[in-house]
Amino acid sequence: MAEQFVGRLSEFTDGSRQIVKIGNTEVGVFRHEGEFFAYSNYCLHQGGPACEGLTIAKVEEMLREDKTSMGLFFSEKDMNFVCPWHGYEYDMKTGECISDRKLKLKRFNVVQKGEDVYVVA
Amino acid sequence: MDLIADRGRRVTVDELNTSKLLAHAAEQARDRKYEDMLIVDCDAHHYENENFNEILPFIENDVLRQLTMSGRAKGRHSIVPGQVGYQDMGGRVTRYPLRMTEKTDPAGKLRDVQLGERWMDAMGVDYSCLFPTGMLNVGLHPQKEMEVELCWAYNRWLTEVVLPENHGRFYTQLALPLSDAEASLRQVEMFGGRKGVTGFMVTTVRTLPVHDNSLMKVYRAIEERGLSLAFHSGPNWGEPVFKGLNRFLSVHALGFSFYNILHCTNWVINGMGERFPKLPVIWIESGLAWIPFLMQRLDHEYMMRPSEAPLLKKKPSDYMRDMFYSTQPMEIQDMEALECTFRMMNAETQLMYASDYPHWDFDLPSTIYDLPFLSEKAKHNILGGNAARTFKLEPRNEAQKANLIKYGNYTAG
Repeated sequence: MAEQFVGRLSEFTDGSRQIVKIGNTEVGVFRHEGEFFAYSNYCLHQGGPACEGLTIAKVEEMLREDKTSMGLFFSEKDMNFVCPWHGYEYDMKTGECISDRKLKLKRFNVVQKGEDVYVVA
Repeated sequence: MDLIADRGRRVTVDELNTSKLLAHAAEQARDRKYEDMLIVDCDAHHYENENFNEILPFIENDVLRQLTMSGRAKGRHSIVPGQVGYQDMGGRVTRYPLRMTEKTDPAGKLRDVQLGERWMDAMGVDYSCLFPTGMLNVGLHPQKEMEVELCWAYNRWLTEVVLPENHGRFYTQLALPLSDAEASLRQVEMFGGRKGVTGFMVTTVRTLPVHDNSLMKVYRAIEERGLSLAFHSGPNWGEPVFKGLNRFLSVHALGFSFYNILHCTNWVINGMGERFPKLPVIWIESGLAWIPFLMQRLDHEYMMRPSEAPLLKKKPSDYMRDMFYSTQPMEIQDMEALECTFRMMNAETQLMYASDYPHWDFDLPSTIYDLPFLSEKAKHNILGGNAARTFKLEPRNEAQKANLIKYGNYTAG
Protein backbone atom coordinates (compact mmCIF):
# COMPACT_ATOMS: atom_id res chain seq x y z
CA MET A 1 0.00 0.00 0.00
CA ALA A 2 1.46 3.34 -1.04
CA GLU A 3 1.40 6.37 1.17
CA GLN A 4 0.50 9.65 -0.48
CA PHE A 5 1.54 12.88 1.21
CA VAL A 6 -1.47 15.11 1.82
CA GLY A 7 -0.06 18.06 3.75
CA ARG A 8 1.32 19.36 6.99
CA LEU A 9 -0.76 18.93 10.12
CA SER A 10 -0.77 22.69 10.61
CA GLU A 11 -2.52 23.10 7.25
CA PHE A 12 -5.54 21.20 8.52
CA THR A 13 -7.68 23.36 10.73
CA ASP A 14 -10.66 21.61 12.23
CA GLY A 15 -13.42 21.45 9.62
CA SER A 16 -11.06 21.78 6.68
CA ARG A 17 -10.63 19.35 3.80
CA GLN A 18 -8.26 18.61 0.97
CA ILE A 19 -8.64 16.64 -2.23
CA VAL A 20 -5.64 14.55 -3.28
CA LYS A 21 -5.06 12.76 -6.54
CA ILE A 22 -3.74 9.21 -6.15
CA GLY A 23 -3.06 7.56 -9.48
CA ASN A 24 -6.31 7.69 -11.41
CA THR A 25 -8.50 8.33 -8.41
CA GLU A 26 -9.24 11.20 -6.04
CA VAL A 27 -9.56 11.12 -2.28
CA GLY A 28 -11.13 13.70 0.00
CA VAL A 29 -9.39 14.13 3.36
CA PHE A 30 -11.38 15.83 6.12
CA ARG A 31 -10.28 16.92 9.57
CA HIS A 32 -13.25 16.79 11.89
CA GLU A 33 -13.17 17.12 15.68
CA GLY A 34 -9.44 16.46 15.66
CA GLU A 35 -9.66 13.24 13.63
CA PHE A 36 -8.91 12.58 9.98
CA PHE A 37 -11.40 10.91 7.65
CA ALA A 38 -10.61 10.07 4.02
CA TYR A 39 -13.06 8.87 1.36
CA SER A 40 -13.30 8.34 -2.37
CA ASN A 41 -14.23 11.60 -4.06
CA TYR A 42 -16.63 9.84 -6.43
CA CYS A 43 -20.27 10.05 -5.38
CA LEU A 44 -22.10 6.71 -5.47
CA HIS A 45 -24.99 8.37 -7.26
CA GLN A 46 -23.65 9.76 -10.55
CA GLY A 47 -19.95 10.11 -9.82
CA GLY A 48 -19.90 13.71 -8.62
CA PRO A 49 -17.09 15.14 -6.47
CA ALA A 50 -18.61 13.83 -3.24
CA CYS A 51 -16.06 15.40 -0.89
CA GLU A 52 -15.90 18.89 -2.42
CA GLY A 53 -19.18 20.36 -1.25
CA LEU A 54 -20.68 21.68 1.93
CA THR A 55 -20.13 20.03 5.30
CA ILE A 56 -23.25 20.43 7.37
CA ALA A 57 -24.69 18.94 10.54
CA LYS A 58 -27.21 16.14 10.07
CA VAL A 59 -30.81 17.34 10.12
CA GLU A 60 -33.04 15.59 12.65
CA GLU A 61 -36.72 15.70 13.46
CA MET A 62 -37.58 15.30 17.10
CA LEU A 63 -40.82 13.80 18.37
CA ARG A 64 -42.52 14.25 21.72
CA GLU A 65 -43.86 11.36 23.78
CA ASP A 66 -47.26 11.75 22.11
CA LYS A 67 -45.60 11.42 18.65
CA THR A 68 -46.17 15.04 17.70
CA SER A 69 -43.30 16.69 15.89
CA MET A 70 -41.12 19.31 17.52
CA GLY A 71 -39.77 20.33 14.11
CA LEU A 72 -36.35 20.18 12.49
CA PHE A 73 -33.01 20.55 14.26
CA PHE A 74 -29.34 20.39 13.39
CA SER A 75 -27.69 17.46 15.15
CA GLU A 76 -25.37 18.28 18.04
CA LYS A 77 -23.06 15.37 17.22
CA ASP A 78 -23.41 14.09 13.64
CA MET A 79 -21.75 15.85 10.72
CA ASN A 80 -22.35 15.12 7.04
CA PHE A 81 -20.55 16.08 3.87
CA VAL A 82 -22.59 16.70 0.74
CA CYS A 83 -21.94 16.00 -2.92
CA PRO A 84 -22.39 19.36 -4.64
CA TRP A 85 -23.90 17.85 -7.80
CA HIS A 86 -27.21 16.59 -6.36
CA GLY A 87 -27.01 16.81 -2.59
CA TYR A 88 -26.26 13.19 -1.68
CA GLU A 89 -25.23 13.35 1.99
CA TYR A 90 -22.59 11.16 3.62
CA ASP A 91 -21.88 10.54 7.29
CA MET A 92 -18.52 12.12 8.10
CA LYS A 93 -17.49 9.32 10.48
CA THR A 94 -18.52 6.32 8.37
CA GLY A 95 -18.86 7.42 4.73
CA GLU A 96 -22.35 5.95 4.67
CA CYS A 97 -24.96 7.60 2.47
CA ILE A 98 -27.46 8.82 5.04
CA SER A 99 -30.50 8.09 2.86
CA ASP A 100 -29.42 4.45 2.34
CA ARG A 101 -26.72 3.29 4.72
CA LYS A 102 -26.02 0.20 2.64
CA LEU A 103 -24.27 2.60 0.26
CA LYS A 104 -20.86 3.49 1.56
CA LEU A 105 -17.97 5.43 0.05
CA LYS A 106 -14.62 3.68 -0.06
CA ARG A 107 -12.64 4.71 3.00
CA PHE A 108 -8.89 5.30 3.10
CA ASN A 109 -6.63 5.22 6.12
CA VAL A 110 -4.85 8.38 7.15
CA VAL A 111 -1.54 8.26 9.02
CA GLN A 112 0.46 10.99 10.70
CA LYS A 113 4.23 10.92 10.74
CA GLY A 114 5.34 13.77 12.91
CA GLU A 115 3.86 16.84 11.29
CA ASP A 116 3.17 15.13 7.97
CA VAL A 117 -0.20 13.66 6.99
CA TYR A 118 -0.46 10.77 4.52
CA VAL A 119 -3.30 8.83 2.88
CA VAL A 120 -2.74 5.10 2.48
CA ALA A 121 -3.96 3.89 -0.90
CA MET B 1 -15.63 31.24 -1.18
CA ASP B 2 -17.58 30.70 2.04
CA LEU B 3 -21.05 29.18 2.29
CA ILE B 4 -23.20 29.26 5.41
CA ALA B 5 -23.85 25.85 6.97
CA ASP B 6 -25.36 24.87 10.33
CA ARG B 7 -25.66 27.50 13.05
CA GLY B 8 -23.99 30.15 10.90
CA ARG B 9 -20.80 28.07 10.52
CA ARG B 10 -18.87 29.11 7.42
CA VAL B 11 -17.56 26.44 5.08
CA THR B 12 -14.97 27.24 2.43
CA VAL B 13 -15.58 25.72 -1.00
CA ASP B 14 -13.88 26.29 -4.34
CA GLU B 15 -15.07 29.11 -6.55
CA LEU B 16 -17.52 27.91 -9.15
CA ASN B 17 -16.09 26.91 -12.46
CA THR B 18 -18.51 24.70 -14.37
CA SER B 19 -15.74 22.85 -16.21
CA LYS B 20 -14.01 22.03 -12.92
CA LEU B 21 -17.25 21.14 -11.13
CA LEU B 22 -18.06 18.71 -13.94
CA ALA B 23 -14.56 17.27 -14.29
CA HIS B 24 -15.84 13.82 -13.30
CA ALA B 25 -18.50 14.06 -16.01
CA ALA B 26 -15.74 14.76 -18.51
CA GLU B 27 -13.92 11.63 -17.27
CA GLN B 28 -17.08 9.62 -17.91
CA ALA B 29 -17.37 11.08 -21.41
CA ARG B 30 -13.78 10.13 -22.24
CA ASP B 31 -14.04 6.64 -20.73
CA ARG B 32 -17.23 5.86 -22.64
CA LYS B 33 -16.05 7.43 -25.92
CA TYR B 34 -19.06 9.70 -26.24
CA GLU B 35 -17.40 11.54 -29.12
CA ASP B 36 -18.42 8.67 -31.42
CA MET B 37 -22.05 8.92 -30.37
CA LEU B 38 -24.31 11.87 -31.11
CA ILE B 39 -25.67 12.99 -27.73
CA VAL B 40 -28.63 15.33 -27.64
CA ASP B 41 -29.89 16.87 -24.43
CA CYS B 42 -33.56 17.62 -25.02
CA ASP B 43 -34.00 19.69 -21.86
CA ALA B 44 -31.41 22.16 -20.54
CA HIS B 45 -31.83 25.55 -18.97
CA HIS B 46 -30.49 28.99 -18.47
CA TYR B 47 -31.54 31.69 -16.02
CA GLU B 48 -33.25 34.19 -18.27
CA ASN B 49 -34.13 36.42 -15.30
CA GLU B 50 -30.45 37.42 -15.22
CA ASN B 51 -30.93 38.82 -18.72
CA PHE B 52 -34.19 40.69 -18.30
CA ASN B 53 -32.46 43.99 -19.04
CA GLU B 54 -31.80 42.65 -22.52
CA ILE B 55 -35.10 40.76 -22.91
CA LEU B 56 -37.67 43.30 -21.76
CA PRO B 57 -36.90 45.92 -24.46
CA PHE B 58 -38.39 43.40 -26.92
CA ILE B 59 -41.85 43.81 -25.33
CA GLU B 60 -44.03 45.32 -28.04
CA ASN B 61 -46.58 47.26 -26.03
CA ASP B 62 -45.16 50.63 -24.93
CA VAL B 63 -47.03 50.71 -21.63
CA LEU B 64 -46.23 47.14 -20.60
CA ARG B 65 -42.58 47.57 -21.60
CA GLN B 66 -42.28 50.71 -19.48
CA LEU B 67 -44.15 49.01 -16.63
CA THR B 68 -41.76 46.05 -16.52
CA MET B 69 -38.53 47.90 -17.22
CA SER B 70 -39.13 50.64 -14.68
CA GLY B 71 -39.68 48.03 -12.02
CA ARG B 72 -36.29 46.41 -12.49
CA ALA B 73 -34.65 48.44 -9.74
CA LYS B 74 -33.50 46.27 -6.86
CA GLY B 75 -36.13 45.41 -4.31
CA ARG B 76 -39.08 46.17 -6.52
CA HIS B 77 -41.63 43.86 -8.01
CA SER B 78 -41.15 40.61 -9.86
CA ILE B 79 -42.18 40.18 -13.48
CA VAL B 80 -42.88 36.47 -13.67
CA PRO B 81 -44.86 34.69 -10.95
CA GLY B 82 -42.44 33.29 -8.40
CA GLN B 83 -42.61 30.19 -6.27
CA VAL B 84 -41.61 29.13 -2.81
CA GLY B 85 -38.91 26.52 -3.30
CA TYR B 86 -35.56 25.30 -2.05
CA GLN B 87 -33.88 23.88 -5.12
CA ASP B 88 -30.42 24.65 -3.73
CA MET B 89 -31.10 22.66 -0.50
CA GLY B 90 -29.69 25.33 1.74
CA GLY B 91 -26.56 25.68 -0.39
CA ARG B 92 -25.84 21.95 -0.49
CA VAL B 93 -26.07 22.15 -4.29
CA THR B 94 -23.32 24.72 -4.48
CA ARG B 95 -23.77 25.92 -8.06
CA TYR B 96 -26.90 27.80 -6.97
CA PRO B 97 -25.40 30.17 -4.39
CA LEU B 98 -22.15 30.42 -6.37
CA ARG B 99 -23.66 30.91 -9.82
CA MET B 100 -23.16 34.64 -10.07
CA THR B 101 -19.51 34.34 -9.02
CA GLU B 102 -18.49 32.16 -11.98
CA LYS B 103 -16.12 34.05 -14.24
CA THR B 104 -16.69 34.27 -17.99
CA ASP B 105 -14.84 36.19 -20.67
CA PRO B 106 -16.45 39.63 -20.83
CA ALA B 107 -15.15 40.06 -24.37
CA GLY B 108 -16.35 36.60 -25.43
CA LYS B 109 -19.71 35.17 -26.31
CA LEU B 110 -22.83 35.86 -24.29
CA ARG B 111 -22.36 34.63 -20.71
CA ASP B 112 -25.19 32.10 -20.99
CA VAL B 113 -23.60 30.67 -24.14
CA GLN B 114 -20.17 30.41 -22.52
CA LEU B 115 -21.63 28.63 -19.50
CA GLY B 116 -23.72 26.35 -21.69
CA GLU B 117 -20.76 25.31 -23.78
CA ARG B 118 -18.79 24.50 -20.62
CA TRP B 119 -21.31 21.97 -19.37
CA MET B 120 -22.09 20.57 -22.80
CA ASP B 121 -18.39 19.98 -23.43
CA ALA B 122 -17.89 18.43 -20.00
CA MET B 123 -20.80 16.02 -20.33
CA GLY B 124 -20.05 15.10 -23.94
CA VAL B 125 -23.32 16.61 -25.14
CA ASP B 126 -23.41 17.72 -28.78
CA TYR B 127 -26.71 19.62 -28.82
CA SER B 128 -28.95 21.01 -26.10
CA CYS B 129 -32.50 22.23 -26.25
CA LEU B 130 -32.42 25.46 -24.29
CA PHE B 131 -35.36 26.36 -22.10
CA PRO B 132 -35.89 29.19 -19.60
CA THR B 133 -36.14 28.68 -15.84
CA GLY B 134 -38.37 31.28 -14.15
CA MET B 135 -40.53 31.63 -17.20
CA LEU B 136 -41.66 28.04 -16.77
CA ASN B 137 -44.15 29.73 -14.42
CA VAL B 138 -45.45 32.10 -17.09
CA GLY B 139 -48.68 30.11 -17.30
CA LEU B 140 -49.50 31.32 -13.79
CA HIS B 141 -49.33 34.96 -14.80
CA PRO B 142 -52.62 36.64 -13.89
CA GLN B 143 -52.47 38.87 -16.98
CA LYS B 144 -52.95 37.14 -20.31
CA GLU B 145 -51.47 40.11 -22.18
CA MET B 146 -48.31 39.98 -20.05
CA GLU B 147 -47.91 36.25 -20.69
CA VAL B 148 -48.08 37.04 -24.40
CA GLU B 149 -45.57 39.87 -24.18
CA LEU B 150 -43.08 37.97 -22.02
CA CYS B 151 -43.11 34.99 -24.38
CA TRP B 152 -42.75 37.29 -27.38
CA ALA B 153 -39.83 39.21 -25.86
CA TYR B 154 -38.05 36.05 -24.69
CA ASN B 155 -38.57 34.32 -28.02
CA ARG B 156 -37.17 37.29 -29.94
CA TRP B 157 -34.16 37.62 -27.64
CA LEU B 158 -33.43 33.89 -27.73
CA THR B 159 -33.64 33.59 -31.50
CA GLU B 160 -31.98 36.91 -32.34
CA VAL B 161 -29.28 37.15 -29.66
CA VAL B 162 -28.57 33.82 -27.95
CA LEU B 163 -28.89 31.10 -30.58
CA PRO B 164 -26.80 32.88 -33.26
CA GLU B 165 -23.82 33.02 -30.86
CA ASN B 166 -23.81 29.29 -30.25
CA HIS B 167 -23.20 28.10 -33.82
CA GLY B 168 -26.12 25.70 -33.73
CA ARG B 169 -25.28 23.66 -30.62
CA PHE B 170 -28.27 25.12 -28.79
CA TYR B 171 -31.63 24.60 -30.34
CA THR B 172 -34.99 25.35 -28.78
CA GLN B 173 -38.71 24.81 -28.56
CA LEU B 174 -40.12 28.26 -27.91
CA ALA B 175 -42.55 29.06 -25.10
CA LEU B 176 -46.15 29.51 -26.21
CA PRO B 177 -48.50 31.98 -24.47
CA LEU B 178 -51.15 29.30 -24.42
CA SER B 179 -53.72 31.43 -22.60
CA ASP B 180 -54.16 33.36 -25.85
CA ALA B 181 -54.65 31.15 -28.90
CA GLU B 182 -54.44 34.00 -31.42
CA ALA B 183 -51.19 35.25 -29.92
CA SER B 184 -49.81 31.72 -29.84
CA LEU B 185 -50.58 31.31 -33.51
CA ARG B 186 -48.89 34.60 -34.31
CA GLN B 187 -45.75 33.48 -32.49
CA VAL B 188 -45.72 30.16 -34.36
CA GLU B 189 -46.02 32.07 -37.64
CA MET B 190 -43.38 34.59 -36.62
CA PHE B 191 -40.76 32.33 -35.06
CA GLY B 192 -41.50 28.88 -36.50
CA GLY B 193 -39.10 29.26 -39.40
CA ARG B 194 -36.20 30.73 -37.48
CA LYS B 195 -32.87 28.96 -37.24
CA GLY B 196 -32.61 26.72 -34.19
CA VAL B 197 -36.37 26.57 -33.63
CA THR B 198 -37.45 22.93 -33.74
CA GLY B 199 -40.87 23.46 -32.22
CA PHE B 200 -42.84 25.08 -29.45
CA MET B 201 -43.24 24.41 -25.75
CA VAL B 202 -46.21 24.59 -23.40
CA THR B 203 -45.30 25.39 -19.81
CA THR B 204 -47.56 22.93 -18.05
CA VAL B 205 -47.79 24.65 -14.67
CA ARG B 206 -51.28 25.77 -15.57
CA THR B 207 -54.73 24.19 -15.62
CA LEU B 208 -55.94 25.49 -18.97
CA PRO B 209 -57.47 22.62 -21.02
CA VAL B 210 -54.98 21.85 -23.79
CA HIS B 211 -57.78 20.37 -25.92
CA ASP B 212 -59.75 23.63 -26.10
CA ASN B 213 -61.15 24.24 -29.57
CA SER B 214 -59.43 27.63 -29.77
CA LEU B 215 -56.02 25.93 -29.73
CA MET B 216 -56.52 23.61 -32.69
CA LYS B 217 -55.24 26.19 -35.17
CA VAL B 218 -52.06 26.53 -33.10
CA TYR B 219 -51.32 22.80 -33.14
CA ARG B 220 -52.20 22.59 -36.83
CA ALA B 221 -49.78 25.42 -37.62
CA ILE B 222 -47.00 23.65 -35.74
CA GLU B 223 -47.75 20.33 -37.44
CA GLU B 224 -47.92 21.92 -40.91
CA ARG B 225 -44.45 23.36 -40.44
CA GLY B 226 -42.98 20.00 -39.55
CA LEU B 227 -42.20 21.23 -36.04
CA SER B 228 -42.73 19.59 -32.64
CA LEU B 229 -44.71 20.36 -29.50
CA ALA B 230 -43.26 19.92 -26.02
CA PHE B 231 -44.95 20.03 -22.64
CA HIS B 232 -42.47 21.08 -19.95
CA SER B 233 -43.55 20.47 -16.38
CA GLY B 234 -42.73 22.04 -13.03
CA PRO B 235 -43.71 22.21 -9.37
CA ASN B 236 -46.20 24.62 -7.82
CA TRP B 237 -46.68 24.76 -4.06
CA GLY B 238 -49.54 27.18 -4.65
CA GLU B 239 -51.64 24.57 -6.45
CA PRO B 240 -54.63 23.97 -4.13
CA VAL B 241 -54.15 20.20 -4.00
CA PHE B 242 -50.52 20.65 -2.88
CA LYS B 243 -51.14 23.14 -0.10
CA GLY B 244 -51.32 20.28 2.37
CA LEU B 245 -47.73 19.25 1.63
CA ASN B 246 -45.12 20.48 4.12
CA ARG B 247 -41.82 19.65 2.40
CA PHE B 248 -40.39 20.83 -0.91
CA LEU B 249 -39.34 17.23 -1.58
CA SER B 250 -43.02 16.27 -1.66
CA VAL B 251 -44.10 19.20 -3.83
CA HIS B 252 -41.26 18.53 -6.25
CA ALA B 253 -41.85 14.79 -6.41
CA LEU B 254 -45.56 15.14 -7.16
CA GLY B 255 -45.75 18.43 -9.04
CA PHE B 256 -43.60 17.60 -12.03
CA SER B 257 -45.53 14.43 -12.73
CA PHE B 258 -48.91 15.88 -11.78
CA TYR B 259 -49.06 18.57 -14.43
CA ASN B 260 -47.94 16.31 -17.23
CA ILE B 261 -50.39 13.62 -16.08
CA LEU B 262 -53.14 16.25 -16.16
CA HIS B 263 -52.37 17.55 -19.64
CA CYS B 264 -51.40 14.18 -21.13
CA THR B 265 -54.76 12.80 -20.00
CA ASN B 266 -56.62 15.58 -21.78
CA TRP B 267 -54.40 15.23 -24.83
CA VAL B 268 -55.00 11.49 -25.13
CA ILE B 269 -58.66 11.22 -24.14
CA ASN B 270 -59.68 14.05 -26.45
CA GLY B 271 -58.12 12.31 -29.42
CA MET B 272 -55.38 14.81 -30.15
CA GLY B 273 -53.28 11.97 -31.49
CA GLU B 274 -55.97 11.33 -34.10
CA ARG B 275 -56.35 15.04 -34.90
CA PHE B 276 -52.62 15.70 -35.34
CA PRO B 277 -51.04 12.38 -36.23
CA LYS B 278 -47.89 13.94 -37.70
CA LEU B 279 -47.19 16.27 -34.79
CA PRO B 280 -44.30 14.98 -32.63
CA VAL B 281 -45.27 15.53 -28.99
CA ILE B 282 -42.68 15.38 -26.20
CA TRP B 283 -43.45 15.23 -22.47
CA ILE B 284 -40.58 16.78 -20.54
CA GLU B 285 -39.25 16.56 -16.98
CA SER B 286 -41.71 14.37 -15.20
CA GLY B 287 -39.48 11.36 -14.78
CA LEU B 288 -40.70 8.07 -16.23
CA ALA B 289 -42.59 6.30 -13.44
CA TRP B 290 -45.82 8.18 -14.23
CA ILE B 291 -45.98 6.75 -17.74
CA PRO B 292 -46.86 3.10 -16.92
CA PHE B 293 -49.16 4.40 -14.18
CA LEU B 294 -51.12 6.60 -16.58
CA MET B 295 -51.15 3.99 -19.35
CA GLN B 296 -52.75 1.47 -17.00
CA ARG B 297 -55.22 3.92 -15.45
CA LEU B 298 -56.44 5.30 -18.77
CA ASP B 299 -56.67 1.89 -20.47
CA HIS B 300 -58.62 0.51 -17.52
CA GLU B 301 -61.17 3.33 -17.62
CA TYR B 302 -61.35 3.47 -21.42
CA MET B 303 -62.28 -0.21 -21.70
CA MET B 304 -65.42 0.51 -19.67
CA ARG B 305 -66.22 4.02 -20.87
CA PRO B 306 -65.26 4.25 -24.57
CA SER B 307 -68.31 6.42 -25.26
CA GLU B 308 -66.56 9.25 -23.39
CA ALA B 309 -63.58 9.11 -25.74
CA PRO B 310 -65.16 8.43 -29.14
CA LEU B 311 -62.28 9.86 -31.17
CA LEU B 312 -59.98 7.07 -30.04
CA LYS B 313 -59.34 4.19 -32.43
CA LYS B 314 -57.01 2.34 -30.10
CA LYS B 315 -56.24 2.25 -26.40
CA PRO B 316 -54.93 5.35 -24.60
CA SER B 317 -51.62 3.61 -23.95
CA ASP B 318 -51.18 3.13 -27.70
CA TYR B 319 -51.45 6.89 -28.19
CA MET B 320 -49.01 7.41 -25.35
CA ARG B 321 -46.57 5.09 -27.11
CA ASP B 322 -46.82 7.29 -30.21
CA MET B 323 -45.43 10.24 -28.22
CA PHE B 324 -41.96 11.03 -26.89
CA TYR B 325 -40.67 11.45 -23.35
CA SER B 326 -37.55 12.97 -21.82
CA THR B 327 -35.54 10.81 -19.47
CA GLN B 328 -34.87 13.15 -16.59
CA PRO B 329 -35.29 12.91 -13.63
CA MET B 330 -35.09 9.17 -14.19
CA GLU B 331 -36.22 7.07 -11.23
CA ILE B 332 -33.49 4.46 -10.99
CA GLN B 333 -34.01 2.93 -7.55
CA ASP B 334 -35.61 -0.30 -8.80
CA MET B 335 -33.92 -1.59 -11.96
CA GLU B 336 -36.65 -4.12 -12.74
CA ALA B 337 -39.34 -1.45 -12.51
CA LEU B 338 -37.28 0.81 -14.75
CA GLU B 339 -36.83 -1.95 -17.32
CA CYS B 340 -40.57 -2.58 -17.30
CA THR B 341 -41.18 1.14 -17.82
CA PHE B 342 -38.81 1.18 -20.80
CA ARG B 343 -40.64 -1.79 -22.29
CA MET B 344 -44.10 -0.30 -21.79
CA MET B 345 -43.22 3.00 -23.44
CA ASN B 346 -41.15 1.58 -26.33
CA ALA B 347 -38.21 3.52 -25.01
CA GLU B 348 -35.94 2.48 -27.84
CA THR B 349 -37.81 4.75 -30.24
CA GLN B 350 -39.74 7.10 -27.92
CA LEU B 351 -37.35 8.15 -25.19
CA MET B 352 -34.93 11.09 -25.41
CA TYR B 353 -32.07 11.83 -23.05
CA ALA B 354 -32.32 15.05 -21.02
CA SER B 355 -29.89 16.51 -18.53
CA ASP B 356 -31.94 19.41 -17.09
CA TYR B 357 -28.60 21.01 -16.27
CA PRO B 358 -27.90 23.21 -14.37
CA HIS B 359 -30.91 22.41 -12.21
CA TRP B 360 -30.36 20.49 -9.00
CA ASP B 361 -31.56 17.05 -10.12
CA PHE B 362 -29.71 16.87 -13.45
CA ASP B 363 -28.84 13.53 -15.07
CA LEU B 364 -25.63 12.73 -16.93
CA PRO B 365 -25.59 10.69 -20.17
CA SER B 366 -24.16 7.80 -18.11
CA THR B 367 -27.58 7.33 -16.47
CA ILE B 368 -28.62 5.88 -19.84
CA TYR B 369 -25.30 4.58 -21.12
CA ASP B 370 -24.71 2.40 -18.04
CA LEU B 371 -28.15 0.74 -17.92
CA PRO B 372 -27.52 -3.01 -18.00
CA PHE B 373 -30.67 -3.96 -19.92
CA LEU B 374 -30.24 -1.67 -22.93
CA SER B 375 -28.96 -2.79 -26.34
CA GLU B 376 -26.34 -0.70 -28.14
CA LYS B 377 -29.03 0.47 -30.52
CA ALA B 378 -31.28 1.59 -27.66
CA LYS B 379 -28.42 3.51 -26.06
CA HIS B 380 -27.63 5.32 -29.29
CA ASN B 381 -31.29 6.05 -29.96
CA ILE B 382 -32.11 7.35 -26.49
CA LEU B 383 -28.95 9.38 -26.03
CA GLY B 384 -29.30 11.16 -29.35
CA GLY B 385 -30.69 9.21 -32.28
CA ASN B 386 -34.36 9.70 -31.45
CA ALA B 387 -33.82 13.44 -31.05
CA ALA B 388 -31.65 13.68 -34.17
CA ARG B 389 -34.41 11.99 -36.15
CA THR B 390 -37.18 14.16 -34.68
CA PHE B 391 -35.38 17.51 -34.68
CA LYS B 392 -33.29 16.89 -37.84
CA LEU B 393 -29.96 17.42 -36.12
CA GLU B 394 -26.76 16.75 -38.01
CA PRO B 395 -23.87 14.63 -36.71
CA ARG B 396 -20.77 16.56 -35.67
CA ASN B 397 -18.22 14.04 -36.90
CA GLU B 398 -17.95 11.02 -39.18
CA ALA B 399 -18.19 8.43 -36.39
CA GLN B 400 -21.45 9.96 -35.22
CA LYS B 401 -22.75 9.99 -38.78
CA ALA B 402 -21.89 6.32 -39.20
CA ASN B 403 -23.72 5.43 -36.00
CA LEU B 404 -26.77 7.49 -36.94
CA ILE B 405 -26.92 5.68 -40.27
CA LYS B 406 -26.32 2.30 -38.60
CA TYR B 407 -29.29 2.75 -36.27
CA GLY B 408 -31.63 4.43 -38.78
CA ASN B 409 -31.51 7.90 -37.25
CA TYR B 410 -29.73 9.85 -39.97
CA THR B 411 -32.14 12.31 -41.56
CA ALA B 412 -29.98 15.36 -42.21
CA GLY B 413 -28.02 16.17 -45.35
